[in-house]
Amino acid sequence: MSEDSIQLYQKRVQIHPRSVKGRFRNLKTGIMVLAYTVYFLLPWLRWERPDAPDQAVLYDLPGRHFYIFGLTVQVQDIFWLAGVLIIFAILLFFVTGLAGRVWCGYFCFQTLWTDLFIMIEHWVQGERPARMRLDRKPWNREKLIKKGTTYGLWLLVAFWTGLTFTMYWVDAPTLVVDMLLGRASYAAYFTTFFLTVTTFVMAGLAREQVCIYMCPYARFQSAMFDHDTLIISYDARKGEGSKGRAKAYRGQRTPEERKVKGFGECIDCGHCVLACPMGIDIRNGLQYQCISCALCIDACEHDLVNYTSENALNGRKTQFLRPKTVGYGVILAAATTLLIWSVLTRAPYTGTVEQIRQPLYTQLSDGGIRNAYEVKLNNKLTAPMTVGIYIEGLPGATLDMDGMERIELAPQERIKLLARVQIPPVESSKVVGDKVMFVIESLDGATAKPIRQEVPFYAPAGS
Amino acid sequence: MSDNKLNAAQQSGAVQTTGHAWDGDLQEYNNPLPRWWLWCFYGTVVFSVLYWFIYPSWPVGQTWLKGFGKVDYTIIDKKTNKVEEREERWNTRALLLADLGEAANSEQRKAMLAKVRVASYDQIVKDPKMMEFVRSVGKGLFGDNCAACHGRGGQGVVGMYPNLTDDDWLWGGSMDKIHETLVRGRQGFMPAFEAVLKPEQLDDVAEYVLALSGEAKPSPASERGKEIFQGQTGGCYYCHGADAKGVSSQGAANLTDKIWTIADVPAQKTLEDKKAVLKTFIANGVNNTRTMPAWKGRLNDDDIKLLAVYVHQLGGAR
Repeated sequence: MSEDSIQLYQKRVQIHPRSVKGRFRNLKTGIMVLAYTVYFLLPWLRWERPDAPDQAVLYDLPGRHFYIFGLTVQVQDIFWLAGVLIIFAILLFFVTGLAGRVWCGYFCFQTLWTDLFIMIEHWVQGERPARMRLDRKPWNREKLIKKGTTYGLWLLVAFWTGLTFTMYWVDAPTLVVDMLLGRASYAAYFTTFFLTVTTFVMAGLAREQVCIYMCPYARFQSAMFDHDTLIISYDARKGEGSKGRAKAYRGQRTPEERKVKGFGECIDCGHCVLACPMGIDIRNGLQYQCISCALCIDACEHDLVNYTSENALNGRKTQFLRPKTVGYGVILAAATTLLIWSVLTRAPYTGTVEQIRQPLYTQLSDGGIRNAYEVKLNNKLTAPMTVGIYIEGLPGATLDMDGMERIELAPQERIKLLARVQIPPVESSKVVGDKVMFVIESLDGATAKPIRQEVPFYAPAGS
Repeated sequence: MSDNKLNAAQQSGAVQTTGHAWDGDLQEYNNPLPRWWLWCFYGTVVFSVLYWFIYPSWPVGQTWLKGFGKVDYTIIDKKTNKVEEREERWNTRALLLADLGEAANSEQRKAMLAKVRVASYDQIVKDPKMMEFVRSVGKGLFGDNCAACHGRGGQGVVGMYPNLTDDDWLWGGSMDKIHETLVRGRQGFMPAFEAVLKPEQLDDVAEYVLALSGEAKPSPASERGKEIFQGQTGGCYYCHGADAKGVSSQGAANLTDKIWTIADVPAQKTLEDKKAVLKTFIANGVNNTRTMPAWKGRLNDDDIKLLAVYVHQLGGAR
């Protein structure tokens, strides 16, 4: 493409990053192994539960329960999910403000899977020059075999990725058998197919295009940067000297020789550019395409690319303790504490009482007054429990629940009961708009404080 | 050096322009879209055309493009309980019906209904799950069929429709009696005494009836009323009983309790007002205004059973 010609639509140029060795490569590989171990093996972990699925982590959507080891999340606990999302959002703000696009560079699944797919490509087709040569070749036997093997392996990984994702939503061993026998649900096939296709396309074909053109996170993380945020940057002062970078030709090889000639330490070997999975030249400064993967740091043998901050580049000190980082840190700690507290102090059962307001009260033949209530009980345990219900605080009042004042709840059972509270005629005149306290206590199967709820009791004025 | 030429413009530090110039110096930047993006966009355009034919869309003359899809679902006739298989062209209403028929909740509901169908009233009342089901389904049935007269909560209207939440039942409040009322309907009746009793006798009877439930103190007038009530002059005891506690086979009201179904006595402040409102009904009787229609033939047996239990748990004779 010449600089003059105008292209309104851009043809993509395949990027073949060169593999590197080093600290950050090891760190990234370590994170990758850990993430894949957790992701691919977690659905196979079993967890004994009486009267509930035995999969350690299972998001049972039809059953309206999330099972996470010893924790069972019920529908009404779903606000925990909001808590988790808030924590992740704040964590992203906190980390990005402090150390740049750490999420993009090390943890994002796009980065992880692309990394794996490039590793496979490297393993089958060889290093960058070999891959580029292969791309230029006509479609011969060698190219067919090599490309075919690469695509086949990608597809295998993509399929297993999709299948593993599906395993989190249904019993894993059953799903695998059902999938093979063609009797799994439509949703299971579709989810697996969809994830297989997206993994293949995003990690195999689209790669850096996802980060540059599709991902909103990639763009809005830039808004969290300030002068103290750690960025990956080329040390231009050191690298360029007074006359710029220059190849290490004879006579300008040693630092002393280069100093005399005015050249910087950068020998323009281009390793940082070759290693970049985003296809950018880090020496041009901070760019929105940079995912902070740090591979150019490993690639540079002259230590010219490093984690630094804009302040540090300008000779000032990098401030880590800033109102922004401290603020996000405090919010993060508070949200995490709240969530953990909420999970740890969750009640084994819930009970709520609601007055039935139509009619507000009923006049009985002996002159007594009756109010009706709906009692909702929910056993959150995966074991049976017995609950007792009684009232207090309203003189002379009696509770009638057709013998269901004491009720056994099956594991995870939810039930609505009718409760009638009645006062004899004598008390009637005293209780216009009074209140009655319902006490719901666990009699057997769970230890928790009784639930006490005060609800209104209505009677006609002057009766 | 780099393969990547996407950012050539940025690498050279200048953003390319399209080359157009207006007013001499007004130019536009060229930030080209990736080609794959463009192809995806064309793809969606092509797909949108396919979509018109796959799903119902454009009107064509008197008809419209109906799409390829079909929806199968079953419908249960409410009166006959007959299951009917239907097939319709794809539409969301049919999808909803199919979902209602096959969803897990619907299966649970069917299983529960089958259980309630064979269970006795005693068994249903003692079973929390069955009662929860009855309350949930019964609420809808009651709202559809009964609430127009008896009110959303079964509270009724004094003078018009009985309150179903109290413990005073004109025709009997046991589950079987409620069932019978639903199946056969009821016709409430009380003759007019305007021609039979003189005005002062009406006064006396009214005073006696009020004294029965403590609304008035016993007096010479109420003693005179008692004679009329218990004797052949009024003959009230034929229907209301010698103890005035009503006879449920006649639908005759219990006059000794605190509940008034026709004359709104508790709403009146003075004794004279109470007597006045009561006398209106004794004089004119109760005629053609107290009709409960028969529901057999309008509702199926399951629904009548569910309603009987539902109404009983509203108030019932407890």
